[in-house]
Amino acid sequence: MLLKNTYNEFIKIVSKPRSYLGFGALTLLICIIIFAMKADGESIVSFVTASFEQTLSFNGKLVNGNLIAFIILQMLVVHIPLLVALVTGDLISGEAAMGTIRMLATKPISRTQIVLSKFIAGAMYTLLLTLWLGFLSLVVSHLVFGAGDLIVLNSDGLVILPEADILWRFGLGFCVAFLALLTVATLSLCLSAFSENSIGPIVATMAIIILFTIIGSLDVTVFDNIKPYLFTTHMASWRSFFEQPVPYDSIIQSIVVLLVHIIVLIGITLYKFNKKDITS
Amino acid sequence: MENQTIIKVEHLAKKFGTFEAVKDVSFTVNKGDVFGFLGPNGAGKSTTIRCLLSLIQPDKGTIELFGKSLNNDRSAILRNIGSIIEKPDFYKYLSAQKNLEIFARVSGAQVSSKEIAEMLDFVGLGNRAKHKVKGFSHGMKQRLGIAQTLLHKPELIILDEPTTGLDPQGIIEIRNLILRLKNEQNKTILLSSHQLSEIELIANRMVIINQGRSIVEGEVAALLNSDETVVRIEIDEAETALKLVAESMNDVHVTQSGPNELEVTLSKQRVPELTRALVASGCAIHAIEPKRKLEDYFIKTIQA
Repeated sequence: MLLKNTYNEFIKIVSKPRSYLGFGALTLLICIIIFAMKADGESIVSFVTASFEQTLSFNGKLVNGNLIAFIILQMLVVHIPLLVALVTGDLISGEAAMGTIRMLATKPISRTQIVLSKFIAGAMYTLLLTLWLGFLSLVVSHLVFGAGDLIVLNSDGLVILPEADILWRFGLGFCVAFLALLTVATLSLCLSAFSENSIGPIVATMAIIILFTIIGSLDVTVFDNIKPYLFTTHMASWRSFFEQPVPYDSIIQSIVVLLVHIIVLIGITLYKFNKKDITS
Repeated sequence: MENQTIIKVEHLAKKFGTFEAVKDVSFTVNKGDVFGFLGPNGAGKSTTIRCLLSLIQPDKGTIELFGKSLNNDRSAILRNIGSIIEKPDFYKYLSAQKNLEIFARVSGAQVSSKEIAEMLDFVGLGNRAKHKVKGFSHGMKQRLGIAQTLLHKPELIILDEPTTGLDPQGIIEIRNLILRLKNEQNKTILLSSHQLSEIELIANRMVIINQGRSIVEGEVAALLNSDETVVRIEIDEAETALKLVAESMNDVHVTQSGPNELEVTLSKQRVPELTRALVASGCAIHAIEPKRKLEDYFIKTIQA
């Protein structure tokens, strides 16, 4: 029954026009970024490298597919949660608003299976969105700009990664980015169990992300103890794969925090939905 | 087998906050019954039905369906039930066929595409199978709802206000569908409706609930004393006709209910005698029709 309903849930997601909004928005944004970098990428990069030119000399093609893919990821990972929440925040509350949850809950499928199938279908959607992001940022950037070494500017300074040492970093980086987005998807699914309208959980998810991001960026001692436990602190952990050496301990810690968030949020969703009187 | 109990509800109670939606509801539905579930708005009908379908967890009382406890055998029980609660809601962005496929997959039965097509034909939507539900009228959605309830060939069908919001044509269509289910498929049907005339026409047993409590339960015919009927007569010179009937017929109760209208309560067998007497007296009869007794019975019961 779980598999059958997961299939149902996936059919519902792919049949809804709003599910394509994320893919459309990603495509448009990436095209704009690629166009902008094609038009003015050299001057943007030289502005960044100018401060290092007294001590370093740069040879070769700095504006290449790898750099563009990195920039795209950097810019969009912050915005993609909205696109994910747009679909996953609607999975339970949207059915409550439509009245179909009533029909579904009178079928011989347990409420736990209903929630889990929605979670799995939401995860599949998030994965597809992440893969689309990967395809557009990596493949299209390489087609337009070609390959090359990657220069990454981080808090410790400039990291130069040779072309042959980059692809696996993107691969693992996308995996962690997927986990971060899955946390957002689970959060919005959880909020969806508390609501009977579609918009509430989507807005609430974004509000929580903004709030946690602000708390994470404030340099206030009071917040120092909670920052490591906020999922937003770990949403940019994919970037750690582009450091030299790769800080695996920090990445594993982030993965654990995100997984704990996912498990706890699913637990809350199951508890709430199983106890809920369906009166809509 | 005919008296096999399909639904047994005992002392059901449910509160929402401090509001007691259901205080003490008990009733029994037997196999093959078309069971009328009646009550005024806010009586607790929908809450009771939602408890039967495990949409709402009752605070007190027991529910047994097919001899099993709903708490212990939920899935097995729901496999045997088809239901419409108030209005059937569907995925508007999907076609009628896709909607039925979605619900068939979680119905616990193997339902083929052919069976889905046949079911759509049964409810008169065969030619709209590929159309998206967002373009359907309320009546079409109700018919699709009935198709959805029948897909997995359930033994028990629960219909909560299936005619709400329908035009007269839609009400007739749904009534005919229910009659077909009763006559052709011998389904057990629990029917909650405000359309008392519908219940009177098709139900064999009923319960009336009011303010969260069940008041009366039994055979419709016995409760309404089916040998007796009330006829409404549209007639010229109603006062003369009233006098004539009152004087010439014993054991008949006659009242003038309008300037040109009489209501006569009498045995069904004596309706031809009444008609003959009026015609013989030269009164011009414009209409004569049976008045539904359930409405009176319902109102009296609720007021009592």
